[in-house]
Amino acid sequence: MKITAKTCWLLAGVCAASLSVSPAKEKSAGFAADAPSPVILIRNATILTVSHGTIDKGDVLIRNGKIAAIGGNLKAPDDAQVIDGTGQFVSPGIIDCHSHIAIDGNVNEGSVSVSSMVNIADVIDSDDISIYRDLAGGVTTANILHGSANPIGGQTIVIKLRWGQPASRLPFEGALPGIKFALGENPKRSNFRVPGAQERYPATRMGVEETIRAAFTEARDYKKAWDEYNKRLAAGEKNLIPPRRDLKLDPLVEVLEGKRYVHAHCYREDEILMLLRVAKEFGFHVQTLQHVLEGYKVADEIAAAGTGASTFSDWWAYKVEAYDAIPYNAALMTQRGVIVSINSDDAAEATHLNQEAAKSMLYGRMSHDEALKMVTINPAIQLGIDKRVGSIDVGKDADLVIYNHDPLSAYAVVQKTLIDGRVYFDREKDIASRPALEKEKKELEEKLAKKPEPEKKAGEKKPEEKKTGEKKPEDKPKPPQAQLGQGGAQ
Amino acid sequence: MIRLRRVLGRLLFVAILGSTTALNAQTAAEYAITHAKIFTLAGPPIEDGTVLIHDGKVAAVGSGIAIPAGAQVIDAKGLQVYPGLFDAVTQMGLSEVGAVRATVDTTETGAFNPDVVAATAILPSSAHIPVTRAAGITEVIAAPASGGFDSGGVTNLVGGQASAIYLAGWTIDDMVMKKHAALVVDWPEVETRSFDFNTFSVKEKPFPEGKKEYDKQVNQLADYMEQARHYAQAMQNPGSVNFQRDVKLEAMVPVVRGEVPLLVFADTARQIRDSVEFCDKQKLKMILAGGAEAWKVKDLLRSKSVPVILGPTLAAPPDEDDAYDRLMTQPEELRAAGVKIAFASFDNSFARRLGQQAANAVAHGLPYDEGLKAVTLYPAQMFGLDAQLGTVETGKIANLIVTNGDPLEVSTEVRYLFIKGKLTSTDNKQKELYEKYRNRPKASR
Repeated sequence: MKITAKTCWLLAGVCAASLSVSPAKEKSAGFAADAPSPVILIRNATILTVSHGTIDKGDVLIRNGKIAAIGGNLKAPDDAQVIDGTGQFVSPGIIDCHSHIAIDGNVNEGSVSVSSMVNIADVIDSDDISIYRDLAGGVTTANILHGSANPIGGQTIVIKLRWGQPASRLPFEGALPGIKFALGENPKRSNFRVPGAQERYPATRMGVEETIRAAFTEARDYKKAWDEYNKRLAAGEKNLIPPRRDLKLDPLVEVLEGKRYVHAHCYREDEILMLLRVAKEFGFHVQTLQHVLEGYKVADEIAAAGTGASTFSDWWAYKVEAYDAIPYNAALMTQRGVIVSINSDDAAEATHLNQEAAKSMLYGRMSHDEALKMVTINPAIQLGIDKRVGSIDVGKDADLVIYNHDPLSAYAVVQKTLIDGRVYFDREKDIASRPALEKEKKELEEKLAKKPEPEKKAGEKKPEEKKTGEKKPEDKPKPPQAQLGQGGAQ
Repeated sequence: MIRLRRVLGRLLFVAILGSTTALNAQTAAEYAITHAKIFTLAGPPIEDGTVLIHDGKVAAVGSGIAIPAGAQVIDAKGLQVYPGLFDAVTQMGLSEVGAVRATVDTTETGAFNPDVVAATAILPSSAHIPVTRAAGITEVIAAPASGGFDSGGVTNLVGGQASAIYLAGWTIDDMVMKKHAALVVDWPEVETRSFDFNTFSVKEKPFPEGKKEYDKQVNQLADYMEQARHYAQAMQNPGSVNFQRDVKLEAMVPVVRGEVPLLVFADTARQIRDSVEFCDKQKLKMILAGGAEAWKVKDLLRSKSVPVILGPTLAAPPDEDDAYDRLMTQPEELRAAGVKIAFASFDNSFARRLGQQAANAVAHGLPYDEGLKAVTLYPAQMFGLDAQLGTVETGKIANLIVTNGDPLEVSTEVRYLFIKGKLTSTDNKQKELYEKYRNRPKASR
């Protein structure tokens, strides 16, 4: 086990940024969701509503993808699909406020200091097995972010993990798009150099601030030019020449107009305050601080700015700016009035965000309900989708997880995950489908083995063996330490 | 000698008074943990039990034990006692800040480094040690070339010697439990893709070419073992004119004699199969580390009695086609097949997730007791330390934790922690920062 989850994920970023290696896709495990049943009744379960406490032995009625009723002894119409929830726990779907799944490794456009012209929405890959695996971990919604290679990174998008649906069906309808900012070691390329390449500006935290200020100064002038033009156009002036369209500045204007959220990767207390100052200067709002591992040091200031904080449970020491990271961060920021979420930044980490949230019950003695909020309603608030998801309330999307145990436990296993009232993950069916999938794979492999090959490989015994010897780009290459950190996802 | 005489004296005393009274007032103890539910892992849990700790060891464990005068009593009513957790692969003390090369001493250059020893470079004052301890981990294996952030691109075949250490001590001498616990071997892989730093791009290689290089490395390893075997023979005749000392080969001697196990890092079925067959042929003692695809070769592992230290269960399954819960169901699949398993973090800053990794395997079928033993007794057995560690039994080293619940559960708190019979603080850098900033006066607007 040379590569830990942490490094694996870092390496994934490296590949993505500089190489654009696409893994050869195979049809993967899992199955398309059942056709939606217009009415579903989950019966006799412990309902963790998040918004209004826990209902023991409660029912949830789902109609046309929305939560229609919550309570005890609800009557199911004849055509309803009934899910027996006896002994089970129902929670709102997990919302991951920092994810890089479903983009085929296209995390970073790292060549320039401001890459606001690129959009993560353009590279959504609905075939990524991580969608299914995260779904199996109870995740229903994810904020898909650009990497952290630049002070101002690419545009971002919120998706629902509707596995089996085409890419066009993944975006969370009506969710405001975002843009990734990044401060500190990653944008100043502290831990990463392309051999022979010239150093890119900025190389200091001072330069990071100036890069952002310069971009917004430009954006402000650009906006002014367009406002002026539109005003004159509206006044009926003829023969006007519009300002030249700038695809880099358009998203920044949307930020200034409050039409696009800023999700800012940051670590150290000084850079957090820096960004809040710059935002104030230019009159935009920082919607979330991402990672924000030293957020606990300036929690009052973050709270005063009305900015959300999305952090890790217990990651630390992988770089200098993470050396003062503490697992009490979430609890301390919450105590000071910040809306806090726990995110994954990693496909595998996302499969157990419920457990990661639970750690705040130990580190900082957060209450059970407060901890659960950090992966449900709080990230929903941070992404501006809390009217639709994040709690079990009548009228909200039926994005629900059914666990066999209280989700704030390492022993909780997801049994079913629903999105829009449709079962997209069913553990029982997953297990039942495995023999058939294995058989199919074996048959395909045999077919492949029968094909005459140009060069016969000595020592080859089984086709399966060959497969395990091959490397996926996620695992390879292993560049030396100096090259790590480029992934910048974290 | 003095200690031996004291022990002998006590044995005599016990013999005279009989075993029941020996457990009474006559047993000296520095600590008495009372009214605890004790999970000894050597029998059923003891309700309302007492553990006496004396001279670094468990002096008595059971119910109805009288408290010796002078013992510091820890009333553990409502609390539970377990053996301290054992993380079987870490870079503890060898790496401080992963991205900063200057703070990382995990991996040497060159293919053969059997003479480098982890204990040499372990920093006793590393901030990771108290942080890890707070999670109930009392001892670890610190292994060179075992992953972590600086592992990339290094082609160690023989990475160095792993050391077993206690997670407390002023100096490394206080901490070392077994300096030469195992020799790390990074089993080669068939590389069909490699990273070229000149062009900064991935280079594809046809399979036969990768396989050729793989075979070459395996042969190098075999040759090295052969050399070491000859060297071991020659060493028996050091006066011979032909004998020339070689520190690297000398470090291999206990390995080829089967006294020190090989800790073989391998994940794919091919790597595991080949390494197991290699060690079997060479008559080397092997512990498999990683084993992401160990389930594919479980029968071989069982038949050759190769124990497996499993990598994190919460990681992504190695293959896209693997079941989503593959790494969580594997532990029980291996156990049921008769393979001995342990869990390890394979990390430094994530070492504290050890219990969580085991709990997730329990949630996917592994019996709870087996999950507990896989982070206590079984790793101790694998490294030949089970006579001293791994259970709460009289005479064993008192590495114990007192918790408010299941030590595998993420929200459980370690209230007291003993290492070598000393009540050891669970305070750390992170708790200090927490206290400091919790008390920050409200910022003025």
